[in-house]
Amino acid sequence: MTSTESLIDRKQLAYIASQAADARLNVELETEGMTLNIGPQHPATHGTLRIIAHLDGEQVVWAEPSCGYMHRGYEKLTEVRTYPQVTSLVNRIDWLGSFANEVPFILAAEKLMGVEAPPRAQWIRTILFELSRIANVSLFLGDLGVQLGAVTPVFMAFRDREHVLNLIEAATGGRFHPNFDRIGGLKDDLPEGFIDETRAVMKKLRNFCTEMEDLLFGNEIFQSRTRGIGVIPKDIAMQYGLSGANLRACGVDWDLRRDQSLPMAWDKVDWKVWTHPDGDSFARCWIRLQEVRESTLIVDQLLKSIPSGPVMAKVPRIIKVPEGEAWVSTENPLGEMGYYVVSKGDLGPFRTKIRSASFNNISIVPWVLKGVYVPDIITILASLYFILGDIDR
Amino acid sequence: MSPLSSTETPIAEIPGDTLRERIIDDLRTHIGADLLDSLLKPGDDLWVRVNTSAWRQTGVALRSMGFEYFCFLSAIDWMPSPFGKGEDDPTAPPTERDDTVRQGYAGGATRMQLLARVVHPSLHVGVNIKCDVSDSEPVVESWSPIFAGANWHERETHEMFGIGFAGHPDLRNMYLPSEFEGHPLRKDFPLLARMVKPWPGIIDVEPMPGGSDDEEGEAE
Repeated sequence: MTSTESLIDRKQLAYIASQAADARLNVELETEGMTLNIGPQHPATHGTLRIIAHLDGEQVVWAEPSCGYMHRGYEKLTEVRTYPQVTSLVNRIDWLGSFANEVPFILAAEKLMGVEAPPRAQWIRTILFELSRIANVSLFLGDLGVQLGAVTPVFMAFRDREHVLNLIEAATGGRFHPNFDRIGGLKDDLPEGFIDETRAVMKKLRNFCTEMEDLLFGNEIFQSRTRGIGVIPKDIAMQYGLSGANLRACGVDWDLRRDQSLPMAWDKVDWKVWTHPDGDSFARCWIRLQEVRESTLIVDQLLKSIPSGPVMAKVPRIIKVPEGEAWVSTENPLGEMGYYVVSKGDLGPFRTKIRSASFNNISIVPWVLKGVYVPDIITILASLYFILGDIDR
Repeated sequence: MSPLSSTETPIAEIPGDTLRERIIDDLRTHIGADLLDSLLKPGDDLWVRVNTSAWRQTGVALRSMGFEYFCFLSAIDWMPSPFGKGEDDPTAPPTERDDTVRQGYAGGATRMQLLARVVHPSLHVGVNIKCDVSDSEPVVESWSPIFAGANWHERETHEMFGIGFAGHPDLRNMYLPSEFEGHPLRKDFPLLARMVKPWPGIIDVEPMPGGSDDEEGEAE
């Protein structure tokens, strides 16, 4: 057994022992069960997720999320739309990192058509993808503070996310829903001055990360509320299909940007995949912070090496995708986001299975909330990080 | 050491087809003749179709082969939609449509098919598994004892396609109210918004002024 594994074991044992002590106390005090409804409208939940928690004293006996308050039926809607129209739908799945949702769908369609975007388009796609990650996760870092009772971080997060949104707006014309990716490339080239501006913003974002690290992650209260809380072991995380930072926080060295070959520019630059052995709430938040910083470094390198040329390959004006099936997934801000596209040689997809990260990430909630204390519910949910649109689709 | 148990080799260095061929062979030793069909796109992806009765056994076999990461589980309804893409005028007589059921990769015999994907976490290779679901008795064994994450995916599939899962702990609806009738992702379930008013947006590209109608022109 390695040292990291024994560390997790010790923490888990201590946690289980403390829970057992509390359970004994509850028996002595003859406590009664109580059902607590968190949400669908509660300031501490992101959007409209409802958690039904059955409590015994201060401890959760069982808890279960209740989904469907934002189900929009995108899988059905893609069946009545054409390929270029689908990107405007999938933009709204994870609304904080919209551009990143378009990319896997477009890549799946391109794979079926045998089209590859020109190098410049691949570079710009990767830059915008990483910018949406930065915008998405920086808001998470701010929001994390609010969930734990710290108000300052969220203002800092909104301040610095604004710079990134301005960049996305300058390039695509849309702050939240760019709808910029096209089969065969991109709608447009980058605007003038984008590269210099982005460099300056990336520097600001790195400062933001350092500030967050000092302010939040170094904070004693933050640490005591997240360390050892909501520990998820590696094999459980795999079974539930946890992805992204949640999986890497369990010590699994797996990043779809590095570990599969896609026509994107991630393999052209030098960067690091962060992992953490603990698998607790702190690890999940810490990984995300490191990933924002790593993303800014990726963007900086890509800006240096961006090739010239067209941003659109030669594709027919009316796009018909040949018959076939394709699966493409990418490492989105929330985790693995993939599309299983079935084409019948028509103008639109025959069936699209949207595999969104949050659906799998939240399906572990009944397992991980068993036995925790009421205030920890919010910490664990915040650290798992979900977007409602990404659960319900 | 077999390539299936190595952890350090990056995917780019493994020739995709030999690795995936090995996966098919390994799976065949586990489930034998229940592996009905397979399709391999070299360096890209792998599809296998298994016997419905061997669905759970396949999950166990794949898990023991190291495919520990559960990606998703869903279904495909191969019947062409009787409503097309909802572009018809509802007052006009219904259009004639081709209603032959044609299955996709790795073949099939029924209208409904179950589709799941599991991934090997260190080799970074995934397998798409399909199995036929009969119309008369749409019940398949549940995967939730093998992959705990399949629980929610099976609930979703049950609600959207009406496929039952034997051995599932709790097949409640995930999104819709419990009294909802019908299975929305089945092709014969109409998209009501399109039934009320046809959508003009399906005509994506309008003819260019000047009457040029060549399809090979540049996009945008």
